Amino acid sequence: MIEPMEEGSVGSQVMVSGRRSPRWVLVSVVCIVLLVAAFGAMRMRMSYVPADLDVTTIQTSAAGVYRVRYTPRSVSIPINEIHTWTIHVETDDGRPVEGATITVDGDMPQHGHGLPTSPQVTKELGGGDYLVEGMKFHMPGWWVVDYTISTAGQPDTVRFNLLLR
Amino acid sequence: MKHVLSLTALALIAVSVLAVLFWPRAVWSTEEIATLRGLSLASLSPLAPDPSNRYGDDARAAALGARLFFDTRLSVDGTIACATCHIPAQQFQDGRPLGQGVGTTTRRTMPLAGTAYSPWLFWDGRKDSQWAQALGPLESAVEHGGTRTQYAHIIKQYYRPEYEAIFGPLPDLTDTTRFPAAAGPVADPAALAAWDGMAPEDREAVTWVYVNIGKAIAAYERQLMPRASRFDAYIDALVRGDPATSLQMLSPDEVAGLRLFIGNGHCIDCHNGPLLTNNDFHNTGVPIAPGMPEDTGRAEGLVQVQADAFNCLSQYSDAQPAECSELRFAKVDSHGQTRQFKPPSLRGVAARAPYMHTGQFPTLHVVLEHYNQAPAAPAGDSELRPLNLTEQELAQLEAFLQSLNAAEQTPIAACLGCHTRAKTIRASHGEP
Repeated sequence: MIEPMEEGSVGSQVMVSGRRSPRWVLVSVVCIVLLVAAFGAMRMRMSYVPADLDVTTIQTSAAGVYRVRYTPRSVSIPINEIHTWTIHVETDDGRPVEGATITVDGDMPQHGHGLPTSPQVTKELGGGDYLVEGMKFHMPGWWVVDYTISTAGQPDTVRFNLLLR
Repeated sequence: MKHVLSLTALALIAVSVLAVLFWPRAVWSTEEIATLRGLSLASLSPLAPDPSNRYGDDARAAALGARLFFDTRLSVDGTIACATCHIPAQQFQDGRPLGQGVGTTTRRTMPLAGTAYSPWLFWDGRKDSQWAQALGPLESAVEHGGTRTQYAHIIKQYYRPEYEAIFGPLPDLTDTTRFPAAAGPVADPAALAAWDGMAPEDREAVTWVYVNIGKAIAAYERQLMPRASRFDAYIDALVRGDPATSLQMLSPDEVAGLRLFIGNGHCIDCHNGPLLTNNDFHNTGVPIAPGMPEDTGRAEGLVQVQADAFNCLSQYSDAQPAECSELRFAKVDSHGQTRQFKPPSLRGVAARAPYMHTGQFPTLHVVLEHYNQAPAAPAGDSELRPLNLTEQELAQLEAFLQSLNAAEQTPIAACLGCHTRAKTIRASHGEP
């Protein structure tokens, strides 16, 4: 890249004309593009989790049927420790959803594997609250937890993102 | 000349930017320090009681368990104790590719420090408590090779007062037609026939003694914890904002290795937490050692633990079913779990060659080469992806792993008195 720019044809041209040559511009652009690409590649390697990942604990289900909130047993979600969650399910206009059938699954999008356990909703606590037992995360990083919620004829799925350290 | 200067400036800028991006950083970000803090022994939470073993934190049970752990009479021919393979001076393992009891096992002996924190025991997690684990080798034909009636008779003969003070009266074992010298659900046909010939209530009484032996040994093993290493001192100094001390703890190569460990090496994916293991199960594509039988790892281990007569939900467990969450919510995925094995703690790993569940890899260098190349698994699916690390980076990782060795490798006992007692017992058995 540097070689054609050494003193000689291009240099004398610049000196003579007093303005920058198209080749000089081209090489500069290539250098800058390469730098930006290198920087971009570096950034991607460091943070391959989507920058705008929504990790809030209240989500609306895919088809908008339910609004769901989760509360882990402890303040922070532990790694390598089996624990429970309570999830609260309500309709989009805020009425608690009772008697729902709920299944849960989880995944690590960057690793292609799921939870180390098979958590289950084991108890309906009333007022739209459900107890989830058997939650466990065995790696730090980005996890997704999906709940499929069904009441009469209205199955819908809600996804939570977690960034665990 | 002007453009030459410009170009030189541009090149300098490029080199600077690349240097900033790729130069090994000497400092850690706040997030990285938080990650590192989670790896320090100082972050190890207090050990919760084992609900399946009500004697787990009973000092008398631990004292009895320590004596049983070192007692070679608990074997078919009086030659094998737990400590034969779980050698205290070697991190309670034996440095052999395969465990050697009265015969040869098909797996490598695992170290014991910190295993009280693991919900699953053995490489394949076929036991879900330390006490249930201890009972496996005692009746294995290639390990201790004995039987539960034999062990009950030994307790009666040598340990009766201590045993009864903890567990209550022993059954009356004097009638050897009811309680044969060697009977148990074992591979040996004569002992098995003798076991089948016993009355169900007699079998039950003997099994309770056997279970209590396991619970006493577990009470001892619960106290075996890893010792802090230079790595812990490094992190602790970083966390308290004392870089001068931290610099004395790890060399630049070890720090570079640590950065790879929590970064591009992806080691922390499985070797996380203060024990540097998630105590879960992973297929890392390790090869089958020549001559070894088919081994599906966790796939079979899960089937076994669910059917185990001594699991958390069994009648011999002191836990309520609600306290057996790991077993109740265990994932069943026989394909995904094929050839998954439990990652052992990396604490002290550099002093624990050979590596993997049958000692396939003689050195850490070979282990790291394996992870770098990520070959396909002989069965199931390897979770590894090639790391593309350079030889220098692998050497840095290896240097870092060396820093996990404690000055004294023998795991510390949680209570000083217990440790002293273990030393005394080792001495009385001619152990170093």
